[in-house]
Amino acid sequence: MALDVGEAEATKGSKVKKQRKKKNKKENKARTVHSNILYDNAKGEDNPNRHYANNKIKTTKYTFLSFLPKNLFEQFHRFANVYFVFIALLNFVPVVNAFQPELALAPVVFILSVTAIKDLWEDYRRHRSDKEINHMDCLVYSRPERRYVEKFWKEVRVGDFIRLRCNEILPADVLLLSSSDPDRLCHIETATLDGETNLKQRQVVRSFLDLDCDFDPSKYNSVIECEKPNNDLNRFRGYIVHRSGRRDGLYKDNLLLRGCTVRNTEEAVGIVIYAGHETKAMLNNNGPRYKRSKLERQMNVDVFWCVIILLIMCLLAAIGHGLWMFQYGDKRPVFDVLSPEGTDLSPALSAIYLFLTMIIVFQVLIPISLFVSIEIVKICQVFFIHQDVDLYDEETDSQLQCRALNITEDLGQMQYIFSDKTGTLTENKMVFRRCTVAGVEYSHDANARRLAMYQELDSEEEECVSHGGTLSRRDSVTSHQSAKVVLRSQSTKSHRRTGSRAEAKRASILSKHTAFSSPMEKDITPDPQLLDKVNEGGSQMDFMRFHSQPLSQLPSDLSDINDFFIALTICNTVVVSSPNQPRQKVRMRFELKSPVKTIEDFIKRFTPSRLTSSNSSSSSSLLAERSARRAVSGAMPSPSSESTLTKLDEGEGGEGGGGGEGPDANAFSPAPPSYDAKPAPIEEGELRYEAESPDEAALVYAARAYKCSLVGRLPDQVTVELPHLGKLSFELLHTLGFDATRKRMSVVVRHPLTNQITVYTKGADSVIMDLIRPPSTDDSKGKRQRKILYKTQNYLNLYAADGLRTLCIAKKTLTKEEYAAWLRRHLEAETALQGREELLFDSALRLETNLHLLGATGIEDRLQDGVPETIASLRKAGLQIWVLTGDKQETAVNIAYACKLLEPEEEIITLNADSQEACAALLEESLHYIQAKFLCPSPEQAAGAFQHDFPLFDLSPPPSSSSSAASSQAAPVLVHRLGLVIDGRTLAYALDCSLEDKFLAVARSCRSVLCCRSTPLQKSMVVQLVRNKLKVMTLAIGDGANDVSMIQVADVGVGISGQEGMQAVMASDFSLPRFQYLQKLLLVHGHWCYSRLANMILYFFYKNAMFVALVFWYQFYCGFSGSAMIDQWYLIFFNLMFSAFPQLVTGTLDKDVSSQTLQELPQLYMNGQNSEEYKPYMFWMNMIDAFYQSLICFFIPYFAYADSEVDLLTWGTPITTLALFTILLHLGVETKTWTWMNWLSIGFSVALFFAVSLCYNASCPSCYSPSNPYWTMQRLLGEPLFYLLCVVTPVAALLPRYFYRACQGSLFPSQVQVGRQLDRLPAETRRNILSLSGLAVGARYALRPSLFPFPGDSFPKDCGLGGQDGLGCSKSPLEERPLRPQGKAPSGLAGLRDNDLSLTDPFTLASTETDTLPYTKEAPRPAEHHRSPAKHAASDVDASLDLSRLSLSSWITSTPLLSPAESVQLTAPPAGGRQSATYRRDCEGRPGADHAVLEPGPRASHGPRDSLQTSLL
Amino acid sequence: MMASSYNAKEEDGHHSGAPGHGVAGTVKSKKPDNTAFKQQRLPAWQPILTAGTVLPAFFVIGLIFIPIGIGLFVTSNNIKEFEIDYTGLDMSSPCYNCSQSFSWNNTKPCTCSVHFNLDQPFESNVFMYYGLSNFYQNHRRYVKSRDDSQLNGNKKSLQDPSKECEPYRTSDSKPIAPCGAIANSLFNDTLDLFYIDPNGTKTPIPLVKKGIAWWTDKHVKFRNPGVNDNLTAVFQGTNKPVNWRKPVYELDPEDHENNGFINEDFIVWMRTAALPTFRKLYRIIQKKNNMTPTLPRGEYIMEVTYNYPVRSFEGRKRMILSTISWMGGKNPFLGIAYITVGSVCFFLGVVLLIIHHKYGNRNNSPDIPN
Repeated sequence: MALDVGEAEATKGSKVKKQRKKKNKKENKARTVHSNILYDNAKGEDNPNRHYANNKIKTTKYTFLSFLPKNLFEQFHRFANVYFVFIALLNFVPVVNAFQPELALAPVVFILSVTAIKDLWEDYRRHRSDKEINHMDCLVYSRPERRYVEKFWKEVRVGDFIRLRCNEILPADVLLLSSSDPDRLCHIETATLDGETNLKQRQVVRSFLDLDCDFDPSKYNSVIECEKPNNDLNRFRGYIVHRSGRRDGLYKDNLLLRGCTVRNTEEAVGIVIYAGHETKAMLNNNGPRYKRSKLERQMNVDVFWCVIILLIMCLLAAIGHGLWMFQYGDKRPVFDVLSPEGTDLSPALSAIYLFLTMIIVFQVLIPISLFVSIEIVKICQVFFIHQDVDLYDEETDSQLQCRALNITEDLGQMQYIFSDKTGTLTENKMVFRRCTVAGVEYSHDANARRLAMYQELDSEEEECVSHGGTLSRRDSVTSHQSAKVVLRSQSTKSHRRTGSRAEAKRASILSKHTAFSSPMEKDITPDPQLLDKVNEGGSQMDFMRFHSQPLSQLPSDLSDINDFFIALTICNTVVVSSPNQPRQKVRMRFELKSPVKTIEDFIKRFTPSRLTSSNSSSSSSLLAERSARRAVSGAMPSPSSESTLTKLDEGEGGEGGGGGEGPDANAFSPAPPSYDAKPAPIEEGELRYEAESPDEAALVYAARAYKCSLVGRLPDQVTVELPHLGKLSFELLHTLGFDATRKRMSVVVRHPLTNQITVYTKGADSVIMDLIRPPSTDDSKGKRQRKILYKTQNYLNLYAADGLRTLCIAKKTLTKEEYAAWLRRHLEAETALQGREELLFDSALRLETNLHLLGATGIEDRLQDGVPETIASLRKAGLQIWVLTGDKQETAVNIAYACKLLEPEEEIITLNADSQEACAALLEESLHYIQAKFLCPSPEQAAGAFQHDFPLFDLSPPPSSSSSAASSQAAPVLVHRLGLVIDGRTLAYALDCSLEDKFLAVARSCRSVLCCRSTPLQKSMVVQLVRNKLKVMTLAIGDGANDVSMIQVADVGVGISGQEGMQAVMASDFSLPRFQYLQKLLLVHGHWCYSRLANMILYFFYKNAMFVALVFWYQFYCGFSGSAMIDQWYLIFFNLMFSAFPQLVTGTLDKDVSSQTLQELPQLYMNGQNSEEYKPYMFWMNMIDAFYQSLICFFIPYFAYADSEVDLLTWGTPITTLALFTILLHLGVETKTWTWMNWLSIGFSVALFFAVSLCYNASCPSCYSPSNPYWTMQRLLGEPLFYLLCVVTPVAALLPRYFYRACQGSLFPSQVQVGRQLDRLPAETRRNILSLSGLAVGARYALRPSLFPFPGDSFPKDCGLGGQDGLGCSKSPLEERPLRPQGKAPSGLAGLRDNDLSLTDPFTLASTETDTLPYTKEAPRPAEHHRSPAKHAASDVDASLDLSRLSLSSWITSTPLLSPAESVQLTAPPAGGRQSATYRRDCEGRPGADHAVLEPGPRASHGPRDSLQTSLL
Repeated sequence: MMASSYNAKEEDGHHSGAPGHGVAGTVKSKKPDNTAFKQQRLPAWQPILTAGTVLPAFFVIGLIFIPIGIGLFVTSNNIKEFEIDYTGLDMSSPCYNCSQSFSWNNTKPCTCSVHFNLDQPFESNVFMYYGLSNFYQNHRRYVKSRDDSQLNGNKKSLQDPSKECEPYRTSDSKPIAPCGAIANSLFNDTLDLFYIDPNGTKTPIPLVKKGIAWWTDKHVKFRNPGVNDNLTAVFQGTNKPVNWRKPVYELDPEDHENNGFINEDFIVWMRTAALPTFRKLYRIIQKKNNMTPTLPRGEYIMEVTYNYPVRSFEGRKRMILSTISWMGGKNPFLGIAYITVGSVCFFLGVVLLIIHHKYGNRNNSPDIPN
């Protein structure tokens, strides 16, 4: 990750520099910061810092005064608003006005004010959060009081001195001047800025380094000059000028950034350099950008069409009016009123006026309230998403947050997901899982169970208690465990899903935060077998030690085990600390710096006496501190007494190392006498390990579980506590740090027991295995070694397949001569002036050879809960998932396997190229390969492609309307079972303009794409490329700062808010606590939001068109004069009031399919991906329907009142009423879920209409100028004709739509409708059907009876149907019935049909089914039972496959009328019996996975292996 | 009607059962409330529209609508209606001469007599209408051209009519009362009916001119400024509309109460018709007693004082005699509409039934029982 940022920096660098150059020209003045203390009395005027921004932040857009003008100004940026204002103003022109001018303003004012209120509310929320932040406390030095006093953040000013305590959040950008840390360091966690959890070191400004006593601000009188505020987090330049005139440079290492948290440092003092909005964090925080959703874009097109329709209508009316006028010629009829001036209007001029009038009258067609309704609905949707309990994470007490309010529906239309890996898919918590030592695998079943317990949702609380109990009882009661107990007593069983994890997390929070130390990572349950061996080894060694036997007599496996754990414990850079005391921290974080500086030093140190003294000193933190400081200051003078002793012992040391008995005995004397007893439980319990990388910590914790605990680390020695042996101090001679090329690290120590110089190496298996000393061929030992190697390799493969990060542990014993020889050259390398790095590297290479393999570990970078399931289900939903990570390739691939992004049986194309040409060639090659392999698929592959679990995924852009055969041809690219792995360097080449098309071609035909080592910039480039070139909807999800650019580029950016930083969250549109919530967010909320909004928009268009068309038809009967029979009030308020609520309720609450079904049938998501709810033709269909309905609503009253004494409004009011009824009933037809809210809103609408019209019609006999509807409604209500009209007209108007919907539901139901029907089933039945997977459901739905003209056969329903897809029987409720040969299986369907013909009532069948069919948990068994016949009857299986394919395709298309011919095109030719067996096995694996909840351990460990084996078959 | 069920879904199965918060009360958790509303689990009726579920609705609608339609149709047919066009465009028409005049202000009233026969006696009250065709009383500028507050008796508006009345707001720099185009174009033909006895005597039929306007119009919406006693004084300083022959306070010389703005003929006219072909209630012929029909079979004469020119817009003038029923005047359309819609529903119901039989079970039955 660090490397990520480094690269990002590099790539960004150039950009930033350019910007800066520009800036520099303008303002090359640097910032000068003086201490405020000096100026405290002379406040204001002469304080040079007064010009700088203070620390008060204000992110609000408006102030009290500026709100109105500013908000209006912003609103008028929206074209629609300007348009409506224009229309309203037009109404003030007497010649063209249609309505009472003031009334015409009402809608616009209403819309504007609703939006304004919304903006105000949002701004208020920002204001509140600002206030909260501004009022946080911090300690600021106050000169009058001569101490630090508490102040609010907002009172902090540049130049103030701030004292920071541990775990405090920095209020501003602070230059570090003093730290309580012995090394004058301050550790900060920058998670809020860049998402990285590991601690970063910041150093006290150099000139203050030597300050021994506490820093006194009042004595500070230096001046800081630094650069102007900028947003580059990784850059800070400046210098500090002391009174003496001395200058010292300031670097980014001296700056503590706002928003970071101080860790591991008791106290630090700094001076504020940048405050408030000028801090780097704030400068980086640009607000969310306005995004327009796809749906809205589509809608805008149709709004445009509406405008065109409007203009056409106006034009027609204008022409009509002109002609109408023209026909009278000079004989001016009495009803054609002269212009106010009394002059005659020419037909042409009159037509022009009329055109404008019509625009006013027809304004409703452009749905003014649509925009505001959409906003309201979106806010409600956001509210509901916020409120979803399933998206609430108890552990962090956080819930989903929608930061972008206007793109909720985009969630339902995603096609590509780009995900970060670390922290997004994984928890970034490394957990020790299993290990192999000396060729013996220790599976750590108990540990697996324990992990599963954290993970699995339904594990019983009791079980959890017992496990936790054993853990805590193991040997100590650690603070967090006690916390856990407390928490448990508080918690109820409601926790279930997150419960145990939540507790764990809380416990870790309670026990003060350290990185990588949740109980999950810490409490490793040891494997009993291994534990026994460790104990045995320990006691034997102890025994030998007492009897002064050489340790080499130890059985080799025991010694290996012993060495293995020692290696785990010491071969790292882990720092030991205890939470409540000042850190016993060691400077050893700058690596590759050997403590052994000279040969003399080396020899000198080979004295047993020193072991003794330093051993005792290790417990004393004072001494440690001192030595630490010594180390920093660079001097290495040992206490003189020691050095003299060393010299005296020089000779003896030389040979003593070899034999090592005498001194050894000596060395052991200070060991604790009670080494057998519990080794100081409390002390151990409080030890905390701080590691640079989480896997190091994991290994140390693992070793601790075996009682090999690291108790102390000093620069030159590591203290380890071993079972039976007590504390041992290993003299640390060298640490050869990890680097990416070597992929390993080593420590060189002197073993205190054998006194041998030992190299412990830990590294990636690929490199370590090559460095193992080849076992001698002859002797038994060699054979054994070979065997161990072989076995270990096997286990390693297994681990890798399991998705574990593997590390090999090896050791090497050096003779003194060898060491001396190596040391000489190593020291040369260290002291070399040029090429030091390379020399050191070579030196390390020289050392790490001929290793002796000890064992290997499997560490799990724990996936977040439910990640594989989420990925699987998102995939089924037709989403392509790309993982873009900064991690190295191996890790990434491992994780990809673990989260089921890659499947073991998948082929993987790996692209690693060193040059542009190579990359081009590679891409070309893989393209050819894909084409050769897949585009003309051989039968077997085709069959194979359909074998896997995600049948739907094979057709990437799932066809919508036409038959699947046709559309799969139409679909340009198929997604194959291929994985693409590409590394950062190659990606850079591939993203080049010349290659990007090829890259995309390759990438989009792969099922999974994994980009490793990608920089943040590359991530965003990939997203941008896919988004722009493929024209797809993209979602980026990530948690760290390195994902920010990607999140910003994608259509929807999602930030993981969990434990990592806020940076990603700030940039994101949605923030989730955990990755797995993405599933519900997309599949359920996305789908809902999309389908709700799509339907609402369509409805809106319909509604307005329908209403306006009424007036349009009237123009034919009023001489195209722009007269409206609908009263102006109704015209204007119809949209805003009378018909507004029901659609809002439906738009907010309508659920086409229940959330459960949506999650269980992810395929339904494709509905949104293909925009099936709102396709362009639907707009026109709706328009046509609207015109039809308005014709009905116009002409039925027309003829009913033809040639009668009815007046304008008495005729128009029934029409309005009818239109309202029709429109509401139309909504009713389209509403899928009727809650009381729907009923209420519709009732309310009708009531409101009548109430308003009654009041309005009664209110004033002489007002409402152009029309006066006095007493109209009252009179109408007394007329039977009115009621008769109200009954017949809506029925006639809605007849076609209702009929069409019914036919559609029967003849060609969409997937969603199928899903809805599923919903209707009793839960039990549904569960069983769903567990057959979408494939099965699809099969059942799509099978045409006509395709299977077999005679009826009373075949059991589920089994028969299940048989179609070859797996259904696994769930068959009627187990006793043997599966028929598949050839006959379809007949079951026919038979079924016969059976069901009689069952018309929907519920009879369902209920009988539940009553009679014994669904059982052990359902998978029968599948196994039936497998052998299936194997034999390969052709039968083929038939079933065939059917499944057919059904599959029809499921996708939702087009039922598949001709058999089309199905043949898709049909897979006979698959081999073996393959079919594989298929069955795969299928069977799924139910297994479903049940894995009950027995997570076995599944976790064996599941992948199974699949591995099957694929090897 | 539709397959329906109130099913409070058990989606909540896995979570909702959990009681409350984990750490109750101790920490204010951000955990959302687990209520049916917030979790979108409100009990709901979820109709699924398929042939099977919908077809009962079609049949029911069909079965209800057809009888209603028949009833309406019969009712409408029972209404007696007589209509005679007296525009006089034909040379043979008695009013031909009068119709030739275009002018509004003929000093000499033109009269003509139209003979007609009633084949059937009109039993109950008979409503006499005048009907105009091709008269766009719904023209936008025409409709607007009035001042409601003036008509409501507002004295201020009387003297200063609304601008909407332009160009019929003032004449000779005096405000027009009533102002506006509608008032200006008031229908001013006079129609009188005479029954020709079989013996040849001409008996005038009493025509009631009161009660033809809406009660609310007559009593609330239209009011004379000031008291009714001295309308001449009240309307002092105003001019009559240009096309009028008499000022507004002399509209009805017989009935003093029927003058000014509350003249019922005027009120009826001011209620602008919705469609270009319209009729307006002119007089009511009240039934005398139960023994004799209101209008017996036989010959009639209608004497027309022909003032209203319609030739300029190719209009037609009619006189209509009609009885009414509970549903208003004669109009067979609604009955036909009901019958048609009912039949269509029924037919579609049959179609759906076929669909249901042929395909319906496919989707619904095999596995998803409806």
